[in-house]
Amino acid sequence: MTIDDIDRAILNRLQEGFPITTAPFAQVAKELGLSEADLIERLDRMKTERIITRFGPFYDAAEMGGAFCLCAMEVPEDEFEAVLTKVNSFPEVAHNYERSHRLNMWFVLATETEESIEEVAASLERETGQRVLRFPKLREFFIGFRVAA
Amino acid sequence: MTIDSTDRAIIAATQAGLPLIAQPYAQVAQELGLDEPEVLKRMNAMQDRGIIRRVAVAPNHYALGLTSNGMSVWDVEDDCIGELGAQVGALSFVSHCYERPRALPDWPYNLFAMIHGTSRDEVEEKRGQIAALLGGACRGSEILYSTRILKKTGLRLRLREN
Repeated sequence: MTIDDIDRAILNRLQEGFPITTAPFAQVAKELGLSEADLIERLDRMKTERIITRFGPFYDAAEMGGAFCLCAMEVPEDEFEAVLTKVNSFPEVAHNYERSHRLNMWFVLATETEESIEEVAASLERETGQRVLRFPKLREFFIGFRVAA
Repeated sequence: MTIDSTDRAIIAATQAGLPLIAQPYAQVAQELGLDEPEVLKRMNAMQDRGIIRRVAVAPNHYALGLTSNGMSVWDVEDDCIGELGAQVGALSFVSHCYERPRALPDWPYNLFAMIHGTSRDEVEEKRGQIAALLGGACRGSEILYSTRILKKTGLRLRLREN
């Protein structure tokens, strides 16, 4: 899995945004001094090799009416796997990470409505017997990391 | 902010990604039985309204060497969090920066900033930069490294039929 300078230029350029026009690859290829076919082929290869995890529109789900909430639990070590199985069985649980902290399980709930967040968090507490701390977003200062490739 | 059923169909058809072909939006239009100009018009409008943040590539951070990631959390005085949060969010190595409620007494932190780097030393050095920026307005902080990914599904919106 290697990338060359042209791949890096493509990754840097395409993190900034891709045109919504009839022939967008031709436009970006011209900016980068590539042919349209070369640009598409390189993107295809980088996607196959998992250097790119996704290419397309990033939708703001909250703007579409969805709701999100970061949650944390303090799970006793000897119950961790059992609690994990229950938590992950909820389709509303999107990302879930084990973290080095007393609060050792951190996950994001994604639901279609604000009220469902409370309902799902309450059922998680009932099913696991553990408290779920809720950290909804109050204010967003920045989202949209650009990696210098 | 409302979106209609045609917008929803476009979102459903593109939220997993765009096809890597010369005219990707024409293909989306064809799949949905729409004209390409209609799809372009609607997607540009959704971008103007902030429903589409942007159309872009998401590079695999790990493949690019960014293997160390920490969630830094800070207890910042309420009357300066607006100004300071914006400054932390503007740092080039911070990917997400949010104000979230404290959960006292368990959790005194109200500012969350994800830091990325090529090593833990680098992440710690960057954490020091945030500490210096916050100065006396910060009463405490921690950093939580992820030790295991337990689940990672793309955030897919299940689209209501209406």
